[in-house]
Amino acid sequence: MQVLANLKYSSTDEWVKMDGNVATIGITDYAQSQLSDIVYVEIKVSEGEKIEKNSPLATLESVKAAADVNAPIGGKVVAANDGLGQTPEMVNSDPFGAAWMVKLEISNPAELDSLMDAAAYEKYCEGRGH
Amino acid sequence: MFTPHTDSEREAMLRTIGAGSIEDLFTDIPAGYRFPKLNLPPVLSEMEALAEAEDLAGANESARDLICFLGAGAYNHYVPAAVDALIRRGEFATSYTPYQPEVSQGTLQAIFEFQSLVAALTGMEVSNASHYDGATSAAEAAVMAYHHFREKRTRFVLSQAVHPQFRQVVRTYMQGYAGLEFTGDEPTVDPLATPDSLTKLIDSNTALVMVQYPDFLGRIFDLTALASAVHAAGSLLCVAINPTALALLKTPGEYGADIVVGEGQPLGIPLSFGGPYLGLFATRKELVRKISGRIVGESVDGQGRRGYVLTLTAREQHIRREKATSNICTNQGLMALAACIYLSLLGKKGLRQVADLCYQNAHYAAAQIAAIPGFKVYSDAPFFHEFVVRCPQPVEEINTHLLDHEILGGYDLGQAYPSLKDHMLVAVTEMNSRQDIDYLVEALKEVAHD
Repeated sequence: MQVLANLKYSSTDEWVKMDGNVATIGITDYAQSQLSDIVYVEIKVSEGEKIEKNSPLATLESVKAAADVNAPIGGKVVAANDGLGQTPEMVNSDPFGAAWMVKLEISNPAELDSLMDAAAYEKYCEGRGH
Repeated sequence: MFTPHTDSEREAMLRTIGAGSIEDLFTDIPAGYRFPKLNLPPVLSEMEALAEAEDLAGANESARDLICFLGAGAYNHYVPAAVDALIRRGEFATSYTPYQPEVSQGTLQAIFEFQSLVAALTGMEVSNASHYDGATSAAEAAVMAYHHFREKRTRFVLSQAVHPQFRQVVRTYMQGYAGLEFTGDEPTVDPLATPDSLTKLIDSNTALVMVQYPDFLGRIFDLTALASAVHAAGSLLCVAINPTALALLKTPGEYGADIVVGEGQPLGIPLSFGGPYLGLFATRKELVRKISGRIVGESVDGQGRRGYVLTLTAREQHIRREKATSNICTNQGLMALAACIYLSLLGKKGLRQVADLCYQNAHYAAAQIAAIPGFKVYSDAPFFHEFVVRCPQPVEEINTHLLDHEILGGYDLGQAYPSLKDHMLVAVTEMNSRQDIDYLVEALKEVAHD
C-alpha cells in the first residue's frame, strides 16, 4: 500500500494535496485496492460551484461496489477532472496522480487540521486490516 | 401442510418480544376487523371449482370474440403461431433473468438480439434488456434525466398527448423527490395542441421533455423544431413510440431523441386483458451508464468463441445498494423473447407490411366514418392507425350499441380529456378487414339515425 508523505488524509480515504490555498482531492491507494477494478467515475460537481465539507464530489463504481467520494474540506471548485469518466482505470493505476478528481479553493484552512498526516493514515489503514 | 415453525419455537419468539400470543400481534387492527366471518360458499371439489372458473372466464368478451377497434396504447395484432410455440420451449423457461453465462447462452443471445432489434427500430445506439411495460419505461426515463443533471434540474415537460397512464406513472415514480415540477399537461391545455407548443415551457431548469410519436391521439408530427429547442436548453428529449409505426416513420433517433421509450405489446404479445406487456427503452451511448435495468453484451470466452454476458447491471442494487437510482433489477424476459421472435419472423419487410396494412385500413375507416352525417373525423395532422372521431352521442352509449353488434368500439377520450367529451379514439389494425370496417360504419349509421 502506498501512502504519500506530503498529503493529508481523511478517515473516508480521500487525499488532499495543498498548493497555496488550492486543494487537490482524490482517493487513496488503499481505497482503490479495496474497491478493486473501477469501471465508472462520475464527477458530481462543476467549476465555480461552492461545496461544503462532506458533500459528495464524485461517485465511483467498481466491479463489486459503488462508493461516494466526499469533500474532506469545503471550498469553491476551480477544476473538475471530468476526463476521468473516460479512463476510470486510472483510479486503480495512478490514484495519487492522473486520477485526481477535484481542485478546490478552500474556504476554511482550519478544516485541514481535522485530517490525518501520512503516518497517522498508514496506521489507521493497518488497523482496519484487509 | 408446510409448517415453518414448531409450537415451542413460536413460544420462544413471542417470549422474546414480550407478546402473549399470536393474536396479540394484531391488536393494532380494530377488533371488529380482525377475524371477520367471511360469507363464503360451501367448499367445492376440484372438478366443480374448474367448472365454475370456466363459467366465469366464459363471461369475458375478448378481442377474439369481437371485432376490435379499441387501441389507446394496446393494439390487436396478429401473433404468428410460431411465437407462442417457441417461447414455450423448455430451453427458454426460467423464473428469472439468468446471471450465469455458462448455463444461459440461449436466453442471453435472445436478449442481445432483442436489444439490437429495438436499437435498429428506434434509430438509437443502445437498448436495455426491457422493462415491465411502456409506462415503467417512461418513468425510468424521467428518473434517468433527473440523475443525469445531478438532481439539479427539476422541471419535467410532459406533452398532454403522451398516454395519460404513462404520465400518471411518471408522477407516481417521482413523488418521493422534493421540489419537482411537472408541466405541459395541465387540464387547461388543449389536447389537440402540437409538440411545438411545448417550446415555450422549456428552460435551463428543464431536465426532460416527453412527447409521444405517433401521439396518444394517433397523430404524427415532425419533431425537428422541438428537438432543437430541447437541446438548445441543454435538456433531454424523450420520445414515447409505437414500435409498429416506426416501420414506416422517420426514427426518433434521426430527430435527435436522447431517450426512446414505448409499449412493446404490439410486437407479438396478445392483449391478455392488460398484461404482461413489455417496456422498450433505448438511448444514446453517452447515457448508457445511467440506464436502469440491464444490458446484455456480446463477448468472447476463454477460447475465443462468441458468447453473451450481462455487460451492464451497474445501476442495480446489488452493486450500488442504497446509491442505486432505480429499483429495477430485472427485465421482462419472456415478453422480450416474444418480441424478438415476432420481429425475427416478420423481418424488416414483414413489419413494414403490417404497418402499411394498419395505415391503409385506418385511412379507409376514417374516410368512411367521416362520410356518416353527424360524425366528424379530425384530420388536421397525418395519422398512423388511430384517429379521433367526434360523435353525435356520448361514446359510452355508442359503444353499448356497437357491443350489441359484437363490435368493441373505440376509447372514450372524455375519460382522460374533459374537453374531448363525445370524442372516440378509433384504432384499426391489420386484423380489421374491409368487411369489418364496413360493418362498423353500418352500425354507426344506425346510431346517427336513432
